[in-house]
Amino acid sequence: MDLILKGIVEAFKLLVHGDPAVTMIALLSLGVSLSATAISLIIGIALGTAIGLTRFFGRRFLISLINTGMGAPPTVVGLVVMIFLWRNGPLGVLHLLYTPAAMVVAQFIISVPIITGFTLASTQQIDKKMQFQLQALGASRMQMVWLLLKESRLPLLAAVMAGFGAIISEVGASMMVGGNITGQTRVLTTAIVMETGKGEFGTAIALSIILMILVFGVNLLLTWVQQRSKTS
Amino acid sequence: MNPGSGGTAPAGVTKLTVAYGTRKVLDVPALEVLPGEVLVVIGPNGSGKTILLLCLALLLKPTTGTVSYLGQPVTGQRQILRLRRRLAVVFQESLLLSNSVWDNVTLGMRLRGIPKNEVKARAQKWLERFGVAHLAKRQARTLSGGEAKRVSLARAFVLEPEVLFLDEPFAALDSPTRQALLEDFEGVLRETKVSTLMVTHDRNEALALADRVAVLIGGTIRQLGTPAEVFNFPVDEEVAVFVEAGNILPGKILSQTAGLAIISTDGREIEAVSSLPVGMKVTICLRHEDVTLSLPGAGPLTTSARNRFAGRVTRIFPVGSQVRVTLDCGFPLAALITGRSLEGMGLKEGQEVVSTFKASSIHLIGHHMT
Repeated sequence: MDLILKGIVEAFKLLVHGDPAVTMIALLSLGVSLSATAISLIIGIALGTAIGLTRFFGRRFLISLINTGMGAPPTVVGLVVMIFLWRNGPLGVLHLLYTPAAMVVAQFIISVPIITGFTLASTQQIDKKMQFQLQALGASRMQMVWLLLKESRLPLLAAVMAGFGAIISEVGASMMVGGNITGQTRVLTTAIVMETGKGEFGTAIALSIILMILVFGVNLLLTWVQQRSKTS
Repeated sequence: MNPGSGGTAPAGVTKLTVAYGTRKVLDVPALEVLPGEVLVVIGPNGSGKTILLLCLALLLKPTTGTVSYLGQPVTGQRQILRLRRRLAVVFQESLLLSNSVWDNVTLGMRLRGIPKNEVKARAQKWLERFGVAHLAKRQARTLSGGEAKRVSLARAFVLEPEVLFLDEPFAALDSPTRQALLEDFEGVLRETKVSTLMVTHDRNEALALADRVAVLIGGTIRQLGTPAEVFNFPVDEEVAVFVEAGNILPGKILSQTAGLAIISTDGREIEAVSSLPVGMKVTICLRHEDVTLSLPGAGPLTTSARNRFAGRVTRIFPVGSQVRVTLDCGFPLAALITGRSLEGMGLKEGQEVVSTFKASSIHLIGHHMT
């Protein structure tokens, strides 16, 4: 009990005084995960819409692959990215290993199936006749896709939340491809693991609180946007 | 409504087929929507009505065959987009987007690049015409079924289409809502004289709106004609069943004198106006409402009806505001009478009654002699 209390007190001290190292870790966490989410959104929404609105051979197989990807273990993703970026690996020449860019790549691979899967599900549930109706109103193919995406904006915002939530809290891949290097690739989750290992519970609790606040803040914002668009 | 007899058909198909794998679901050698007419395609569920409409509205590519607009065959994607912007489609579901009613009604016009002031004027006009102008600011998803349907109709009419396509537009509505909307809609069609193709399985809608009726069964058009022709003189038994031709009985022509034929059915003889040859097998169609019932011993009826059969009531079943009384006269025969007549005669199941019907009320479908 004493341990927890001491930890919380220390955490508040850290938060109130604003430790520059902690601030940097938090900002890097946010930067890496938001970048990965942004890239996943562009690719995931395009892919999910394309698969959701068309019919082609092997479609079901592809969908089952995406569904599997939605539950891919971050450590496995980390391992694969690591192998590719390793000095002698296929993409070793890029010298990306142990950089924030490598972490963005890994987190992108984790979140893109989630966002694709959510988009796929939301576009599939739109009445097939809605496509006909929009085309009959005079929409070109691109205009139709845009209108359908706007129509499924509520589930799409849920996709953003799920995608971002999965990677901001992920530790395995970031640890493996980032390396938890001070001032370079140390993010909140990897720092929490390290501080806990060192027995520095106060710092670990402080970092955890910051992580929770970040996740909560981003989700609060997205929920606000989502519910606003529902009632408007 | 008086469809223009001249001019090129606004829309039509030739040698159209649609197949899913090896299964052919639609085979229409030729069908045209004439200028200014309301062509109603009726048929049971799964007969291919919606597929035919989607092909004509350029929303579904047929497996083979040609779709034409104003006599010109449609080819190429660009041409399809351009032509789609000259027509309008209303589906059974209202299919409104999660926006305001105003945004929904103006969407098509905005997609078609109609000038802003024109957009406003047309939307106002048609929302008022369909009685939903007061809902303009409402969220589309908060509307009732009837309101949403009116909005979706307004959304089609603001486009001032050259051809209007309607896919079971009133099917999902409750009866009073449907009746009110049907009457409004009939008025609008009469005013605008827009060339219209509507598919439905409801014969009352066809009777209320159609200039011509096409009966689609099993992917092929079995009959095409005025509503009176199709409903009174079905060309085959399946059409007769679908248009609810009433009593449908098998028979054979025994004799033929001066246009009056005697037909046997279940050993009883019926007289009918017909010039079909002796020996031919026929299907006898007789509308329920053309059969009159009277009590035995009510004295000889002063009627020109040539057919008179005594029978026993086997079933009494309410149909809307009327009652269908089924008799066994040696062959099954049903009559449609008012509830008041039923009460007046005090009819009950098992009771003896006399049925009469005119020789001219019978429509015979001749079968090929083998």
